[in-house]
Amino acid sequence: MSENGALPHRGKVLTVDTMNANVKKVDYAVRGPIVQRAVQIEKELKEGVKKPFKEVIKANIGDAHAMGQRPITFFRQVMALCTYPQLLDDNKFPEDAKNRARRILQACGGNSIGAYTTSQGIDCVRHDVANYIQRRDGGIPSDPDNIYLTTGASDGIVTILKLLTAGEGRTRTGVMISIPQYPLYSASIAELGAVQVNYYLNEEKCWSLDISELQRSLQAAREHCNPRVLCIINPGNPTGQVQSRQCIEDVIRFAAKENLFLMADEVYQDNVYAEGCEFHSFKKVLFEMGPEYSRTVELASFHSTSKCYMGECGFRGGYMEVINMDPEVKAQLTKLVSVRLCPPAPGQALMDLVVNSPQPGEPSYQSFMKERTAVLSALAEKAKLTEEILNTVPGISCNPVQGAMYSFPRITMPERAINEAKAKGQAPDMFYCMKLLEDTGICLVPGSGFGQRDGTYHFRMTILPPTDKLKIMLNKLKEFHQTFTQQYA
Amino acid sequence: MSFLREISPLVRNTFLSEKDVLLRLAAQIAAEIQQGERKDYIEVLDLSSGDLHRGGIKPITFVRQVLAACFYPALLEDDSLPLDVKERADDLLRQCDGGSVGSYTDSCGITKIKHGLSKFITRRDGGVPSSPDDIFITSGSQMALMFMLKLLVQSKVPCQTGVLIPVPTYASFNLALEDHGAVIIPYYLCEEQGWTLQVEELRRALHAGRKTCNPVALYICNPGNPTGHIQSRKSIEEVIRFAAEERLFLLADEVYQSCVYREDTKFESYKKVLSEMGSTISSTVELASFNSASKGFMGECGLRGGYVELVNLDPAVKEYTRILFSTRSSPPVGGQIALDLMADPPKPGDPSFLTFSEEVQSIKNMMCKNACRIQEVFAELPGISCQPLKAGFFVFPCLHFPPRAIKWAKKRQMEPDMLYCLQLLEETGLHVRPGCEYGQRKDSHHIRLLVATHEDIMEDALQRLKTFHMRFMKEFS
Repeated sequence: MSENGALPHRGKVLTVDTMNANVKKVDYAVRGPIVQRAVQIEKELKEGVKKPFKEVIKANIGDAHAMGQRPITFFRQVMALCTYPQLLDDNKFPEDAKNRARRILQACGGNSIGAYTTSQGIDCVRHDVANYIQRRDGGIPSDPDNIYLTTGASDGIVTILKLLTAGEGRTRTGVMISIPQYPLYSASIAELGAVQVNYYLNEEKCWSLDISELQRSLQAAREHCNPRVLCIINPGNPTGQVQSRQCIEDVIRFAAKENLFLMADEVYQDNVYAEGCEFHSFKKVLFEMGPEYSRTVELASFHSTSKCYMGECGFRGGYMEVINMDPEVKAQLTKLVSVRLCPPAPGQALMDLVVNSPQPGEPSYQSFMKERTAVLSALAEKAKLTEEILNTVPGISCNPVQGAMYSFPRITMPERAINEAKAKGQAPDMFYCMKLLEDTGICLVPGSGFGQRDGTYHFRMTILPPTDKLKIMLNKLKEFHQTFTQQYA
Repeated sequence: MSFLREISPLVRNTFLSEKDVLLRLAAQIAAEIQQGERKDYIEVLDLSSGDLHRGGIKPITFVRQVLAACFYPALLEDDSLPLDVKERADDLLRQCDGGSVGSYTDSCGITKIKHGLSKFITRRDGGVPSSPDDIFITSGSQMALMFMLKLLVQSKVPCQTGVLIPVPTYASFNLALEDHGAVIIPYYLCEEQGWTLQVEELRRALHAGRKTCNPVALYICNPGNPTGHIQSRKSIEEVIRFAAEERLFLLADEVYQSCVYREDTKFESYKKVLSEMGSTISSTVELASFNSASKGFMGECGLRGGYVELVNLDPAVKEYTRILFSTRSSPPVGGQIALDLMADPPKPGDPSFLTFSEEVQSIKNMMCKNACRIQEVFAELPGISCQPLKAGFFVFPCLHFPPRAIKWAKKRQMEPDMLYCLQLLEETGLHVRPGCEYGQRKDSHHIRLLVATHEDIMEDALQRLKTFHMRFMKEFS
């Protein structure tokens, strides 16, 4: 420090050059630049700027409530009772809601959801999750000690990836993930400095998984990294495919043979619409394949309160079940989750309600089932509608939306448009989606954000807007595509 | 560890560490009491963690009413809820997409809530401007700290990134640092002077650190956990000047900012002091300040509401920060609402104001009384001394063990204060934490007790401690 007290010129400590290099590689298309532009346009609309549309339709993110889906009454009643227990004296609340609230509160420190919980999650909730899994999987036992409650499924996914990422250079952990994929995976892999190993889903065969493709991908990866993890999203995001039981068995067999840790992202497990499709949990199939597999294959499966019929994204509820994890690694996992103290207690309570929902005979059963069925059947209807309408558009081809909440249609783009995009330094489907946004107010996520085969272009659109709005949106999209194709012919 | 073998196999599980031994024993004793096994006490008294509600303090009524109405908007039609509760809930629901708290929010937090926080910060700091764009809401302040570490800690350098942290410091932060691959550079707080931060010690630590790593950040906890110390303005200025000279990123953990007991003591934020130090420093020193809804009078730990305010962050880095946050979807809505209510509580004239202020005052009075009572009791006990307790949730008294006690602990291959805590728990049912978990100077020993609890519980705890301590000291004298 010089005499007059002035400091020498101080460069910043944290700059783009000094920051963690891995963080710079992180990208998350679902909330990326196109969404930022959408938010900007919304502002402009509010300020009275004239546009060819009156509102922005945010079909970019899997947020059901944002698109008008109503929360399940029973769940919200119990959440209110847990939050403000005075309401337990209010006779407007059904007895079954009160019982669940009392049970949850008893398991919380000081009978309050404001207390820290243990880092693995409230004991009785983990027991309820284990019971749910057991029921779902036809009696195959689930150990509460293998259940970790998480802050949404994302938290669990990132934690497991972190646990498994090790090595340097050629021994660096490789993580196999489908293309297309939900970009949390690519983002986390980049953030952790792991190696992303792509395996392509087969668009021609309804986005199914070919073992030969897994094999090809693995072999190639072994040249430059140590592939240790195989991630699979079922039902799929963005593709919506629901894997057949045979496929799941094949994947398990493959993982066993190649010594891969299986991460099964099953957050859309209730979102199955197509005839002939059924959700098969990886755990169930694994155990039905006999002890040769069920005692050896390492598996983590993930679930969440954000999707299915609940749509409770804001609460950040989720869990993961870990199977056949090395005890020392599990100890590390337990330690790792303790660093962030605990998952949000309201999310844990909500997860409890999902796995312990009203049963036949309980006061809330009828209305609960009515609401649940309404949501799921609306989604099924919208899935079909989307596929139908999009397939009437020349230049758009949409695989059946078998499950989840999205369509991922392929678009044919005129050469001129592709060139203009490239000249701008934009991915062609980003160019397409940006134009779509500016012209129609519809916000989608370009396929480049999820990964796709070279030379192909897609977008991901949610099926969540209310049916009439969805129809309007799909027709606007149809019009746009035709105009766009003509414009760049 | 010989003592570990004495833990019931019922309670043992695959994850055993020294830190866990106390938790296991507490659980075991609680189970035994439930099964009717006779003990000299009817229950375990848990003063081990900074959890207001677990300690028996009731949540703030206004906060819970607003949350309940947000979770279940049918309550907005309810006559039983006060008008300001309903208005507040209604307003918050308008900020949520689809009018539901089940929607995702902006990754960095609901915009209006960030505005509320920035106003709160400006009021707190006597007018120093704060921008909502510099505020990032997270699932607890611990997550915000971890994000900062993620940005700061380089994973692929010839030289590892170092972070200066105080000794003592709370245990999970150490874990977070290890988790991110940072090198921990300890600097010792000066116990004899009331746990103050001495710049010479910072300098010593930094120079030592530079020999083995690349120190980039300086972490301060003010008010201190576990020390209960609050920094003077002069001390804060010294630290800022030190960070400026030595090019360190300041991480100011200020989650206990609203827990100050003494009339003569005032909390001043790092941001405020920074802003008043002349433009060269105030416009260059990089600072992240953390706050939370978990501490203070709200004590809503389980809701996970925290935030970080970033000062003088490089704009290019901020963009990456935003992207990083976006991968975590959004912070839990319950926590965001709690933060909003913390930042903008009921005002005089509001229907809920009376109840609200009574509840808050009663908690404040309780903490003040406890702080006095603790110091009274410790003053009378031999072999235990305590620095003046000024702020925060805990007290961290020093135990002066007779040499025989030290020998005894050595024989059992355990830290003396850990063994003290285990015996204390076993014999009196009082659960507190040992100083070895937080770090302390060699051959010094401490325990950490929660102060933020009911006066009766505090009294009960102090009596149990007193009885045990007298016996212990006598036995080993």
